Amino acid sequence: MQSGIPPTKMDTSKQRNRRQKIRFYRREGMSAIFFLSPTMLVFSVFILFPVLFSFYLSFHSWNMFSSERTFVGLENYHHMITNPEFWQVLKNTAIYTFATVPLSIALALAVAFFLNKKIIGKKLLRTAYFTPVIVSAVAAAVIWRWIYDPSFGLLNYALGLIGIAPINWINDATAAMAALIIMGVWKSLGFNMVLYLAGLQGIPEHYYEAADIDGAGGWLKFWRITVPLLGPTTFFITVMSVITSFQVFDIVYVLTHGGPMGATKVLVFYLYEHAFKFFNMGYASAAAYVLFAIIFIFTLLQIRYGRSKVHYTV
Amino acid sequence: MKPLKSLKIVSIHIFIYAGALLTVAPFLWMVLTSLKGLGEILAYPPTFLPETFHFGNYVEAFRTASFGRYYLNTFIVAVSCTLGQLMTCSMAAFAFARLRFWGRDALFLLFLGTMMIPGQVTMIPTFIILYWLGWIDTYWALVVPGLASAFGTFLLRQFFLTIPRELEDAAYIDGCSRFGVLWRIILPLSRPALATLAIFIFMYFFNDFLWPLIVVNSEEMRTVQLGLAVFRDRYLTQWDLLMAGSVTATLPILLVFFVAQKYFIKGITLSGLKD
Repeated sequence: MQSGIPPTKMDTSKQRNRRQKIRFYRREGMSAIFFLSPTMLVFSVFILFPVLFSFYLSFHSWNMFSSERTFVGLENYHHMITNPEFWQVLKNTAIYTFATVPLSIALALAVAFFLNKKIIGKKLLRTAYFTPVIVSAVAAAVIWRWIYDPSFGLLNYALGLIGIAPINWINDATAAMAALIIMGVWKSLGFNMVLYLAGLQGIPEHYYEAADIDGAGGWLKFWRITVPLLGPTTFFITVMSVITSFQVFDIVYVLTHGGPMGATKVLVFYLYEHAFKFFNMGYASAAAYVLFAIIFIFTLLQIRYGRSKVHYTV
Repeated sequence: MKPLKSLKIVSIHIFIYAGALLTVAPFLWMVLTSLKGLGEILAYPPTFLPETFHFGNYVEAFRTASFGRYYLNTFIVAVSCTLGQLMTCSMAAFAFARLRFWGRDALFLLFLGTMMIPGQVTMIPTFIILYWLGWIDTYWALVVPGLASAFGTFLLRQFFLTIPRELEDAAYIDGCSRFGVLWRIILPLSRPALATLAIFIFMYFFNDFLWPLIVVNSEEMRTVQLGLAVFRDRYLTQWDLLMAGSVTATLPILLVFFVAQKYFIKGITLSGLKD
């Protein structure tokens, strides 16, 4: 407080300040309600209630239009694990995920690693690699469907130039899955690359300088410095990519529609069919909860092991 | 040593440029195909540049499917959700960053926890609620569930925490209300964060497909992405029109991206490598 004010006067103004402060903070709770209410309203109706309601629904049989909602206990889950189609769908999703994720990550790391060096046109290149990320999956899948076209597609033509017989990308079970994976890698590479570029920026130059003095070559430096120090980034990218790949839907819907003969039918597509084509709301909710459980396991991995930060300075 | 080194540099350039070319090739092929006549499209071997430019493909695509209407719908939805989320997220972020109230940290954790819930879990009950409300096949169904987000709230809260409080204290002494402080001091200082968030929200709703697929039945309510998917199912082999439609469905986002690229990159690194 200012020194010129006489002590008695200072006390009263201090008290007044205190009283004002108390009144101000008491109103803080009311203010919080005001500031949070729009978000809380939307969240309660469209997130919190639905999460509980779909859990409840997963133990019922209901088509949503009838007033009859029968409790069936674990019947939906039981039906699911005894249903070979469900296991096929889960297998398809896993194949897609565990092929797309490592391929995308390895390529993203390679591209980011080279882009971090002295390269002409760095910005332009980054833009090019990132473009597929921002474009809608639907439009991208329409383009790729044209490129994959068995008779007129660009890909079979290009393969023909190097002597590879035309592949039936859409109607052959294995090829259709491969087509999906190639497109998945193409679409996600740029995203992972940007995360790796950020990670690479965090590695101090003097680590490489020290390795140079020790006479280490480029390859050795990459495996002994870059890869280990990018560990947390790689872990984060892996978990996030697995989660998003398990939820793949748009590109499947447009590119293969789950075909041929269900060879590319993935979990969300299966769920979508049961909910919005057959209106088996209970069964679809149970499938959604299975997806939730799978994703939850990976999220827990991230929370448990993803926190460990690497400190670059000694 | 020297020629070996320059050979290495050249081969790195070849690798990285070849990869970039492969990455953008589908887009180039889309644009080129959209300008060819159907006869030329199905010719073997394929031609690279169009023999004659068929701009009529675009006119035809807009006539067979009402892309104009789809655009209008998409913009109504994407702009409403973007403005709405900027509002709700900044208000909630202000509460979490600046106000002290009972149970704040627990509530914030719960909030963050909802980010773990995949959209497919809430999708079915949300559809049922909208059905009960009679909102299926209306703008309400497309907009209202998208009016708040945990991600946006989190992003803005982190940004607000970096703003020094001194300015606000001065404003409070001058009798400014809390909303006034948010509106006049915090938001103007948060322009970069708001721009990043706005671009992310807009892109999300422009590209969203699954939700419109579920809640839209009529042709008049279709969004661009849904319209393109339906168009694709109906005109399976009309690659001239399909490619013109694809250009239509990608162009706005591509333009925004080329102009405001740094915000896209920043948004990803913010969401990815936060503390």
